[in-house]
Amino acid sequence: MSPQSHRVTERGRTDKTRLIPFKFDGRDYVGQAGDTLASALLANGVHLVGRGFKYHRPRGILSAGSEEPNALIQLGQGQRSEPNTRATQIELFEGLVAESQNRWPSLAFDIGEANNLVSRLLPSGFYYKTFMWPASWWEKYEHMIRRAAGLGKAPVGRDPDRYEKHHAHCDVLVVGSGPAGLAAALAAARTGARVILADEQSELGGGLLSNSEATIAGKSTEAWRSDTIAAIEACEAATLLPRTTVTGYYDHNYLTMVERVTDHLANPPAHLPRQRLWKVRAKRVVLATGAIERPLVFRDNDRPGIMLSSAVRTYLQRYGVLSGRRALVFTNNDDAYRTALSLKEAGGVVAAIVDLRIEVSGALLDAARAKGIEVLLGHAVVATKGHKHVRSVSVMALTGAGDGVQGLAREIECDLIAMAGGWNPTVHLLSQSRGKLSWNEDLGAFVPGQSFQAETSAGSCTGALETADCIRQGLKAGMDAARAAGFKGRAPAAPKVEEHSGSGGMRLIWTVPSTRPVGRGGKHFVDFQNDVTAADIRLAAREGYQSVEHLKRYTTTGMGTDQGKTSNVNALAILGDVLSSDIPGVGTTTFRAPFTPSAIGLYAARNVGEFFDPERRTMIDEWHREAGAKFEHVGQWMRAWYYPKPGEAQRQAVDREVKAARDGVGIMDASTLGKIDIQGPDAAEFLNRVYTNAWLKLGIGRCRYGLMLHEDAMVFDDGVTTRLAENHFHMTTTTGGAAGVLDWLEEWRQTEWPEMKVHFTSVTEQWAVVSICGRKSRELLAELCDDIDLSGEAFPFMAMREGTVSGLPARVFRISFTGELSYEINVAARHGLALWRALMAAGEKHAITPYGTEAMHVLRAEKGFIIVGQETDGTVGPDDLGMDWIVSKKKPDFIGRRSLARPDMLKPDRKQLVGLLTDDPNEVLPEGGQIVADLKPAPPMEMLGHITSSYYSPNCGHSIAMALIKGGRARTGEKLFVPLDGKTVSVRVVEPKFFDPEGERANG
Amino acid sequence: MLLIECPWCGPRDEAEFAYGGEAHIARPTEPDKLSDAEWAEYLFLASNPRGTYLERWRHAHGCRRWFNAVRDTYTHEIIEIYAMGSLPKSKLGIQAYEDSWRRGSAAEQNAKRGSAKS
Repeated sequence: MSPQSHRVTERGRTDKTRLIPFKFDGRDYVGQAGDTLASALLANGVHLVGRGFKYHRPRGILSAGSEEPNALIQLGQGQRSEPNTRATQIELFEGLVAESQNRWPSLAFDIGEANNLVSRLLPSGFYYKTFMWPASWWEKYEHMIRRAAGLGKAPVGRDPDRYEKHHAHCDVLVVGSGPAGLAAALAAARTGARVILADEQSELGGGLLSNSEATIAGKSTEAWRSDTIAAIEACEAATLLPRTTVTGYYDHNYLTMVERVTDHLANPPAHLPRQRLWKVRAKRVVLATGAIERPLVFRDNDRPGIMLSSAVRTYLQRYGVLSGRRALVFTNNDDAYRTALSLKEAGGVVAAIVDLRIEVSGALLDAARAKGIEVLLGHAVVATKGHKHVRSVSVMALTGAGDGVQGLAREIECDLIAMAGGWNPTVHLLSQSRGKLSWNEDLGAFVPGQSFQAETSAGSCTGALETADCIRQGLKAGMDAARAAGFKGRAPAAPKVEEHSGSGGMRLIWTVPSTRPVGRGGKHFVDFQNDVTAADIRLAAREGYQSVEHLKRYTTTGMGTDQGKTSNVNALAILGDVLSSDIPGVGTTTFRAPFTPSAIGLYAARNVGEFFDPERRTMIDEWHREAGAKFEHVGQWMRAWYYPKPGEAQRQAVDREVKAARDGVGIMDASTLGKIDIQGPDAAEFLNRVYTNAWLKLGIGRCRYGLMLHEDAMVFDDGVTTRLAENHFHMTTTTGGAAGVLDWLEEWRQTEWPEMKVHFTSVTEQWAVVSICGRKSRELLAELCDDIDLSGEAFPFMAMREGTVSGLPARVFRISFTGELSYEINVAARHGLALWRALMAAGEKHAITPYGTEAMHVLRAEKGFIIVGQETDGTVGPDDLGMDWIVSKKKPDFIGRRSLARPDMLKPDRKQLVGLLTDDPNEVLPEGGQIVADLKPAPPMEMLGHITSSYYSPNCGHSIAMALIKGGRARTGEKLFVPLDGKTVSVRVVEPKFFDPEGERANG
Repeated sequence: MLLIECPWCGPRDEAEFAYGGEAHIARPTEPDKLSDAEWAEYLFLASNPRGTYLERWRHAHGCRRWFNAVRDTYTHEIIEIYAMGSLPKSKLGIQAYEDSWRRGSAAEQNAKRGSAKS
């Protein structure tokens, strides 16, 4: 076929002078600037663009908009390849590469089409009926089904494009820019209201772009369109957004929009994102979303060349494309006559208008007859022919009741069928906003009923069919919305519109009869994308799937990527026919966001890779990196995990660090510990309520370990808190728990004890903390600190002194998480690195050893110290941990106290923390391993608990583990088992104190 | 996404807030005097009505302050925002407060004895 064989030069909005080369299924074509992929293919005479989902029948372009169920395209290549895009929405650009989907080996010859021959074996619910048993085979079936049932292919690898998010507020959001939307935006914007006008198409104007017959205010539709847009643009507070689909309508007038910023450009500028996700909060919303034409459900209505009548008109008037040279128009209403007239005027042949209605009158009918178009009233298309393109139809007269056909069949040749089954208002967003729909019998469609949010519908999405009504409704809706948002003004006068009108009325025959019963010869397609036929719906209803929600899932009607935009009402109506129920009685399913599929990348936008989650680094981070430390994530913090020397494996490095931190001197960056400054006259009393132990009498300069419980008595955080002054405390929390603890304290102060005078300030990042640990730590500190008496008597364990270390003002805490003599030196964050370097330099002669979080974990486990979140999981109380010693028996109350006496907390079989030793000292158990007493050859076995911590302890010369075990303390000395993959390890239950059980080493 | 009027910062997206659950669950001041069942009512039970609900919110990513709200759980309409420690003033809010089973609970009686807080 010659290039652009179906282009009509004197029509359309495309730029005839700018030819755009593109590739479809490996073949080169040429289109024009302003084309969509669909219009460019049609201009080249290409209808066959895909294969049906289930039967793999040849499929062509059905529509000209976002409702397209057939022309789903794999767009682009490599990592930019995107499946299931609608050819009707893809703007043509130079070098565009597209592929058809769901065919193998090629679109013209598709092996899967064999399904069509055995289609009697593929009824609705086929998968459920066939793959029920044996149940254990389901996994195999599923794999096969998923491969067979795919549409396009998801790209492999990372999305290379950039996406952005944009938050916006407006007074009036107008969705859709057809006659109603433009009128609404104009009326609202003239009042000074902040108006956003969004439309999914590349140009604003909606239906006006393909309506060249009417005149508005004495002007052409194009002149009125461009004048109105210019008038809106002249309003300073108006934002016009073409290529922007409103995808979701959420609570409190919060809407999401997807703006396709550069998808239409061959060479997008680097500074622009591919797409932008708008999150809009609108005071008022005007929905002017238009209407989607309904296909007629007749026998073999899915052949390429069978299109929606309105789409045929759009391709002609907007894109200058004749979708066929010899058209047959098949309709149940007036609108298709406009298509017939347009085709005729553009030089096409209209073989006939086949109208289901018996009595028709009006200007449109007269005009058609005047042009010499044959009109067959009370007739129906009963069959179509043509494998990869429609070739001819068979037409018969309907019986009076419309439930059958009579007389002789007449063959009419055609290469295009324009079908018109009436209009479905686009109520998707209204439905998402929880607005109610109501059934309009005259239109045979759901129209907006009651609003739920601050929203109004205007134009053809209300069921209005005439341009004049749409403009009038739009002006009123826009004006009302601006007034409701607090603006004043008067709406512009409604312009006079002249266009052909019909008699109105339609004849609703939901399944067009043919010479054979439905389901016996030929297929009456309802849902083109999911290959659901009228026979499938009838069968499902007979089998008892009579609720619309069941029907939908059983037949999959409306469950494609198009959400059944062209099929839902037809499906409901056919179900209604079977059930002898009216359509409101059948009910509807709910529309969900997004209106059209959107890229996952949009929702992530810039929050990917390094921006996924903030990474927090300490002030000493630079040194750790230079030293070649390995890091681990602790919450958002990056903590040094261990510091391998050249050639050292992790285990060797950690063993070395653990030994040094006891026998010599170790140094650790503890800056990430949560730190909260607490001040106020009620500070001590407050601590007394949130910790389990007593705090009122803690001396100034003294530290105390505390445990926090939730009100259910479960351990929630722990840490050391120090009294700096009478009314001033310094609290530390776990690294991961810092924010949660601060929130917890604030909650109690603000909501339960507002009378207490106490304030909390996070100071985590204000202090750098360096912990030095080991027998030589006092000696090291003494070299750098001359204004604190470090003797055991003057500076005892669990005390804090202020002074200077290496000349830096410091708070030195003599506290220990390792059980060793240890100092935690706090300096201003900006001094952290200097302090670390000074300690490293002074410690050189003691072979000072930096140790990371892994060594810290081993050191504390040797002592049996818990880590909240490792030994606890929100179901562990203080007694379960063997920490009853820290729970005050004297305090009348503290958070969690009453719950300690709940019967469940006193049960003897609660899981308790114990130590475990393996027989083989080198066997390190996996954390999370399950523990059993009664070993069986295979599961199930009664599981007593699990391992919470497990390491090799170089100081003990033995692996060590802690575990939570039912009634664990009473099992001390017992032998238990840890079944693992391929082996079982036997363990002995011990007290969870593996090293220095008397705790003497903390004294140095 | 809800639009919530923080009493200190003005109307903000729900994403800035943290939900705090049911409002007006006063903590008993003498918990030892409550039976396990009565304590469990305070600790575990929350109302879950379809309709008016008195609940707490915190402007977590803003001023970090707590406040109360009267919200319809079906329509998501926020009927009233009111300060922590005070009672609702809207008709629906007052009614929901008075109709709550909690008003007669032993835990609330216990809380009232010891504190002026409502």
